[in-house]
Amino acid sequence: MVEMNLNRRQFLKLSGATAATLAVVELGFNDKKAYAKSKEFKIAKATVTPTICCYCGVGCGILVHTKDNTVVYTEGDPDNPINEGKLCSKGTTLRQLYTSEKRLTKPLYRAPGSNKWEEKDWEWMLDTIAKRTKETRDRSFVEVENGVTVNKTERIASLGGAALDNEETYLLAKLMRGLGVTYLEHQARI
Amino acid sequence: MTNHWNDLQHTDCALIIGANPAENHPISFRWLTKAKENGGKIVSVDPRYTRTSAQADVYAALRSGTDIPFIGGMINYALENNLIHKEYVAAYTNGSFIVKEGYDFNDGLFSGYDETKRAYDKTKWAIETTEDGKPVKDETLAHPRSVFQLMKKHYSRYDVNTVTAVTGTAKEDYLKVCKTFCETGKVGKAGTIMYAMGTTQHTVGSQNVRIYAILQLLLGNIGLPGGGINAMRGESNVQGSTDFGLLFDNLTGYLGAPKATVPEHATLKGYLEKETPKTGYWSNKPKFVVSLLKAWYGANATAENEFGYQFLPKGNKNYSHINLFNAMYKGELDGTFLFGTNPVVGGPNAGKEKEALGNLKWMVAVDLWETETSSFWQKEAGSDPAKINTEVFLLPASASFEKEGSVSNSSRWMQYRWKAIDSRGEARPDLDIIHELALKLKKLYANSPKSADKPFLALDWNYGTGEEPDIDLVAKEINGYDLKTGNLIASFGALLDDGTTSSGNWIYSGFYPEEGKNKSKNRDNKDTGGEHYLNWSYAWPMNRRILYNRAAADPSGKPWSQEKAVIWWDGAEKKWVGNDVPDFKAVTAPTEPGGTGAFMMNKDGVALLFAPTLNDGPFPEHYEPFESPVPNAFSNTQLNPAAVVIEGDFNKKGDKKNFPIVATTYRVSEHWQSGSMTRNQEWLSELAGHMFVEMSEELAKEKGIKNKDKIIVSSARGEITAYAMVTKRFKPYSVSGKKVHQIGMPWHFGYKGFATGDTANRLTPHIGDANTTIPEFKAFLCNVRRAD
Repeated sequence: MVEMNLNRRQFLKLSGATAATLAVVELGFNDKKAYAKSKEFKIAKATVTPTICCYCGVGCGILVHTKDNTVVYTEGDPDNPINEGKLCSKGTTLRQLYTSEKRLTKPLYRAPGSNKWEEKDWEWMLDTIAKRTKETRDRSFVEVENGVTVNKTERIASLGGAALDNEETYLLAKLMRGLGVTYLEHQARI
Repeated sequence: MTNHWNDLQHTDCALIIGANPAENHPISFRWLTKAKENGGKIVSVDPRYTRTSAQADVYAALRSGTDIPFIGGMINYALENNLIHKEYVAAYTNGSFIVKEGYDFNDGLFSGYDETKRAYDKTKWAIETTEDGKPVKDETLAHPRSVFQLMKKHYSRYDVNTVTAVTGTAKEDYLKVCKTFCETGKVGKAGTIMYAMGTTQHTVGSQNVRIYAILQLLLGNIGLPGGGINAMRGESNVQGSTDFGLLFDNLTGYLGAPKATVPEHATLKGYLEKETPKTGYWSNKPKFVVSLLKAWYGANATAENEFGYQFLPKGNKNYSHINLFNAMYKGELDGTFLFGTNPVVGGPNAGKEKEALGNLKWMVAVDLWETETSSFWQKEAGSDPAKINTEVFLLPASASFEKEGSVSNSSRWMQYRWKAIDSRGEARPDLDIIHELALKLKKLYANSPKSADKPFLALDWNYGTGEEPDIDLVAKEINGYDLKTGNLIASFGALLDDGTTSSGNWIYSGFYPEEGKNKSKNRDNKDTGGEHYLNWSYAWPMNRRILYNRAAADPSGKPWSQEKAVIWWDGAEKKWVGNDVPDFKAVTAPTEPGGTGAFMMNKDGVALLFAPTLNDGPFPEHYEPFESPVPNAFSNTQLNPAAVVIEGDFNKKGDKKNFPIVATTYRVSEHWQSGSMTRNQEWLSELAGHMFVEMSEELAKEKGIKNKDKIIVSSARGEITAYAMVTKRFKPYSVSGKKVHQIGMPWHFGYKGFATGDTANRLTPHIGDANTTIPEFKAFLCNVRRAD
């Protein structure tokens, strides 16, 4: 147990039975004495990966248990000093972000005037978005305004980003300003 | 947050106002509970008796939109009863500075007001300076034009009777709050103020925060463990996304975006001269700006081309959320990208924001779900699809644990998330989407000879040759390099303005100081002293856990008290030592020039009781919300005179005759923001399945409404249907002897997902704060009636 904790402080991934045993011990019962000993626990041999909760700004640690290409269990990360293994109702249900039947799994396109989504492939979607971006930028780009170099387009906006990772927000801000976008906003304002 | 979540356990009193952490930041509350176990007190000030109030030692109600009277009265109470930390105020604030003649305040207006522009001439609020530009001071704080005396005079109008007549607070409750919190002015005690959107989403939102800061400075609570001003962030990385400049007016690290309307900004030299103060840490700004330009434009940024400064867009107006949607409404926008955001539920006056989307030619939504925003054209949304010509691209995004990257929490702790599993279906990380779009655009523009395309072609975009971008290269670019050696830069202290260094975000520079050492991945959870956990993650700037911690020591460098010691001057070692990274130059002795400048980011090294930089006055002053049921009792100036009002159909205003009830919005534990993340999950949808409106028993009786009845709430913008929740948690207020009702409702609901309900923001107005243009979601007028 002690050895496990020392390893966990610096770890990237824990895998196999050791992680499962650890989780069981934390739950406060001994699997050796468990009635259904012959049955394997759902999280046995699962891979455990630390993450940070995607909801509020507290930043609680969560351990994600994955097995057979699905998320089988999530729990508070006992090593994270902020939450010490505890979670609220939203953090506790993190697994359902993976398992929910409502997750979008394919790119969808809605043509002008249409009343339905159509499935399209990524390549077509990104190619078309790039084309639309270029068309709008080219048509609206202002290089000079009242004698001052301004290099901007005021006909494209970008909204959102508070749920993105830092690296993503960095690239998004860089790309949008790089294109000359001035309508650049996100949830900090609302 | 100036401090951090774990530090809350050290507080002697937490004043929680405009926030409800027990429900909205639940895990934060374990540290408040610990504070209580240590003998600390919790004070909850809220229009509604929340679950935070239920845990508090003292609860006081206030009508939405009256924070400034509430805290202004506390300032007056602390001054009248001599409860302030005078030595701290004299040394670490501009209380001793002399304000030039010409400053005045009369009937709600400060000097320099131009009614036609709805703006102030801030030069009328200047500080007197000596010939060498230093502020003239009176450290006895007795000069009649000292900031301290002007402040005292300003808040002498905020006496207990006037304040409680405006806020509607019971006088005995109010005095209990004053007494309990002002105890923390004693040396050896520290109080914290914790707030969230209940504070900021007002036409006086910035001044609400300012007045909290003034009270904290007077009590000597900033820089101390268990002290500070602590904004609780509502999204996992809204701190980071703000730090990284996803707002129209900021580049990364709070470097202002250049403007077409400021003549000096026409050149880099002019911009830097205009925007760089001569003293204080911001005097290093040119190093941060040039290093950012080097990160963005790489080899295309040279001394000859102003390091690519001219490639940056220069705006000529306020492009913030409200104005953005107003422009869209008027057909001035063609295309919009939406990254995990749902304004048809979360935006103010959401019905109008939905209408506005129909004027776009194209829209790209990147999300885990089909939201009310990406499907605004559907029949289900009340739209006629045949009449909406917007082309919509909906891209499936990965969940947070299906990719890797860092997020910054409210404590400014940058924590890493590792990838646990491949993305569901064909979903992809936002990083890949942004990267691939950039590459496709680069290809479309390749070899273009047009001058208009030069800025985009000059953008440096090199994140590996694989299909996916190399996130490690992005992280290193953010930290920055010494371009002469190609090594990572150790910290922002090493950045230069000659083009030999780069850094994508200077405030984060230092988190990745050498190969293989991305400190956001640090997971050593041993307490390094003071419960600061210095080896867990990385806190910007420079891993400092308590900002302004120099102020926890007296001017001579000794801690004000042993109980609240953080850093102190070690005369033998000749440096600042303690349990946190000093928020100060580590080797500057207290006796050296600048050795007592605890607020080193400010040009004079002191905190600002008097802030001549804000748009709506150097002192916070009370104005009623855009929609209010009563006249302003403090002056004849009803609305914040610098708030920008959009007239017409886009922003209808309700009057108190038709809409006499004050309303506010809030959140519940089980849902998050616009609900798209939580209403699409089974368990949370089941736990909190319905839209409801909370009201007092008294109002319910007047309207003939019973608990669980279907009711209709109306405002000048629209109507919604919801279940009535009749509770004792709201009580009518007595405002200047008049009965005023207030109701509240969650803003999570929409028509998509498992749990559906009407959208509260159909009711809220398009009016913003005078400094930030944050919408006034938290105080507006409405009416209620039974649905049948």
